[in-house]
Amino acid sequence: MGAGHAHRLYRHGHSPVHALPPHTKLAAAFAFVVVVVSTPREAMWAFAVYAVLLAYVARHARVPAPFLLKRLLIEVPFVAFAVLMPFVAEGERVHVLGLSLSLNGLWGAWNVLAKGTLGVAVSVLLAATTELRELLLGLQRLKLPPLLVQIASFMIRYGDVITDEMRRMRIARESRGFEARGVRHWGVLAKSAGALFIRSYERGERVHLAMVSRGYAGSMPVIDEVTASRAQWSYALALPCTALVVCLLGWAL
Amino acid sequence: MHVPDGFIDAPTSAVTGVVAAGALAVSLRGARRELDERTAPLAGLVAAFIFAVQMLNFPVAAGTSGHLLGGALAAILVGPYTGVLCVSVVLLMQGVLFADGGLTALGVNITDMAIVTTVVSYAVFRVLLAVLPRGRRSVTVASFVAALVSVPAAAVAFTLIYAAGGTTDVAIGKVATAMIGVHVLIGIGEAVITALTVGAVVAVRPDLVHGARGLQQRLKLRVDGALVDAPAPTAPVAARTSRRTLWVTGLVASLVLAGFVSFYASANPDGLEKVAHDKGIDKNARKHAASDSPLADYGVKDVSDARLSGGLAGVIGVGVTVVAGSAVFWAVRRRRTADASPASTLNTGV
Amino acid sequence: MGPVSTASLEVSGLAFAYPDGHQALFGVDFSIGRGERVALLGPNGAGKTTLVLHLNGILGGGTGTVTVAGLPVGKRHMAAIRQKVGIVFQDPDDQLFMPTVREDVAFGPAASGIKGAALEERVRTALERVGMADFADRPPHHLSFGQRRRVAVATVLAMEPEILVLDEPSSNLDPASRRELADILRSLDVTVLMVTHDLPYALELCPRSLILSDGVIAADGPTGELLCDDTLMRAHRLELPFGFDPKSVTMGA
Repeated sequence: MGAGHAHRLYRHGHSPVHALPPHTKLAAAFAFVVVVVSTPREAMWAFAVYAVLLAYVARHARVPAPFLLKRLLIEVPFVAFAVLMPFVAEGERVHVLGLSLSLNGLWGAWNVLAKGTLGVAVSVLLAATTELRELLLGLQRLKLPPLLVQIASFMIRYGDVITDEMRRMRIARESRGFEARGVRHWGVLAKSAGALFIRSYERGERVHLAMVSRGYAGSMPVIDEVTASRAQWSYALALPCTALVVCLLGWAL
Repeated sequence: MHVPDGFIDAPTSAVTGVVAAGALAVSLRGARRELDERTAPLAGLVAAFIFAVQMLNFPVAAGTSGHLLGGALAAILVGPYTGVLCVSVVLLMQGVLFADGGLTALGVNITDMAIVTTVVSYAVFRVLLAVLPRGRRSVTVASFVAALVSVPAAAVAFTLIYAAGGTTDVAIGKVATAMIGVHVLIGIGEAVITALTVGAVVAVRPDLVHGARGLQQRLKLRVDGALVDAPAPTAPVAARTSRRTLWVTGLVASLVLAGFVSFYASANPDGLEKVAHDKGIDKNARKHAASDSPLADYGVKDVSDARLSGGLAGVIGVGVTVVAGSAVFWAVRRRRTADASPASTLNTGV
Repeated sequence: MGPVSTASLEVSGLAFAYPDGHQALFGVDFSIGRGERVALLGPNGAGKTTLVLHLNGILGGGTGTVTVAGLPVGKRHMAAIRQKVGIVFQDPDDQLFMPTVREDVAFGPAASGIKGAALEERVRTALERVGMADFADRPPHHLSFGQRRRVAVATVLAMEPEILVLDEPSSNLDPASRRELADILRSLDVTVLMVTHDLPYALELCPRSLILSDGVIAADGPTGELLCDDTLMRAHRLELPFGFDPKSVTMGA
């Protein structure tokens, strides 16, 4: 899971959505998902409205539909899970095409599918319109503990370096005629993983040395201060606010 | 096992979010103790390692393959606190960047996959090391068992969370059987790989295996390709009392909030119960523990439509929890910057 | 060798043993005048890296003193010392730990409290001095190795150090990158201490050399003379590359 390269998720662009400060986007995405999750599942129309809202944002951000839909595939394992629900859930049952399905299960499957898909779509839009670096700045601005942000930023900086080392180790293995084909070869793979850990850790020590040499004393200097104007905030929060209205209507109707 | 949005209801997600935030706050403190000011680069690199190693496929047979989850491995290699941090950061990034695991389910995912696996595996590992004779073989055996236990433990945790806040009425017995059954199998794979990996590291750099530090006479550091002893570790500057205060504050805050939100959770008829109610199949009339809680009839009175007020309450509840969670973080952060001391760098790894 | 009245770096009587008892330095004495370019040569295990880590106080606790521009290296002036002594480590991937080139170059000055326009100015000048101004917003791992080494030099230049310490600057560079780096180093007006195995590179760039062997300075003199002294070279396991004759090279010091 989580394969693929981080920077491929981002679509370079100059849309109004790209231009928003990252923390407003993060806050908006999170608030939107919270609202979606709090919506009663019977209000089917509400989810349709959410989908339309997201489609509108995607259009504004000039994220093409095929890109968005392809990224949605990450959800597939859960679709499989959701499909099972009507068969195993309790409660009143209905008979469709000779299958006995639980009504609760059907609702549950719909619930997970609808909310899960919307959640994934929001994350995909966020990642597509926000650079990695900006995301980290946004998280920092949203008062995530700085140490956590630093760890995340080191992880992203060295993720490629380490994956690359892993790839080189694989090539070295394969060029000596080794190819992992089954459980018998786990020992060799695990040795590579062990070596990879040692390399990663030692690199961590060297990085620390380089940091200390440039005056690091436990906290990262703030280089880029991201700020958002009131207009930008209201622009970003328009999405979750609209969604909230829909959600409340969903409860009321 | 990355849980998406909508799988677990909002109040339970919020509670797990608070639990996760509390645990992270404690881990941030703890990691500083494990790694002092090297925390950021080392934990970052270990997180990158976990991230990379999750992509390393272990072929099983006939084209199928598995991969490592890494919680137990992280805990044994770098210690429980740093382990929790690393796996949490990996989960956070997977959620935000790859949409792997929902944003609102982040609390569930972190509690389940970062905290439970790490803490359980580390506890099992330490207990076994204490019981088994000292030696490298024991480290490998202990890693095997720790990893083996950690994965089904996460499944149990997930089942419990599901029991508390699952959005679909699947019998808990069924969920438990399915989850634990599958995860025992996954656990075996995880255990073999973890044990082999830890074994490989112990063979070359036993000093780097946090869980096996008892085996070393003294810490070693690599300098210039040669191994040299590190200076005796000095106690970190952070005062003991402040740590205890942090623990207590975190715990109390979590408990209060958990209680608060779960009162709400049961006071607020969720979708499922609503269906049950509408359909009149709610015969066995679930008794809400909180039906007479002060919160249950607070605010609901003013709004005549029960459902609307319930919805409002739900949203507000989530909001309050989120705000409170951030407040805990904020407080911790303030405290840390206050006592961030220019720790001597002379005794750090070189 | 200029007069040492304005010494950038003075090391006297420096001895150091690691806590396990392994002694790496046995009384190192030398001094480098302002603006000099000096090579520190020595076989593996001579204590070169140990010495380098003493220059900015990462290692300490032995006997002897290190003085940088009149300021003794010690806990009292640690921040100032780390700003004055810029170390460029061997692997640029260790040195470039921030998500973008610009932020990496800004790290050092920002850690010493420089902000805003002054910070931008520092970053821009430093990148211009190594010819990498166009790459400011690129992530370091998208650069070639030679470019990364140059950015690594810029990260240190941005701190406006009194003395630039380079650990194996020519390692892993192709001939063109090697040449570019040499040109950059020659164009800088800071004191340079270059730790290297690459004797032709030392001869090309540094009029003066020190040979560190068995934890002491075994020789100190004009690079050309030292390299021509066969017995001295052999005694300290220093070998010239095949076909290279230092006598045939004429260098303007």
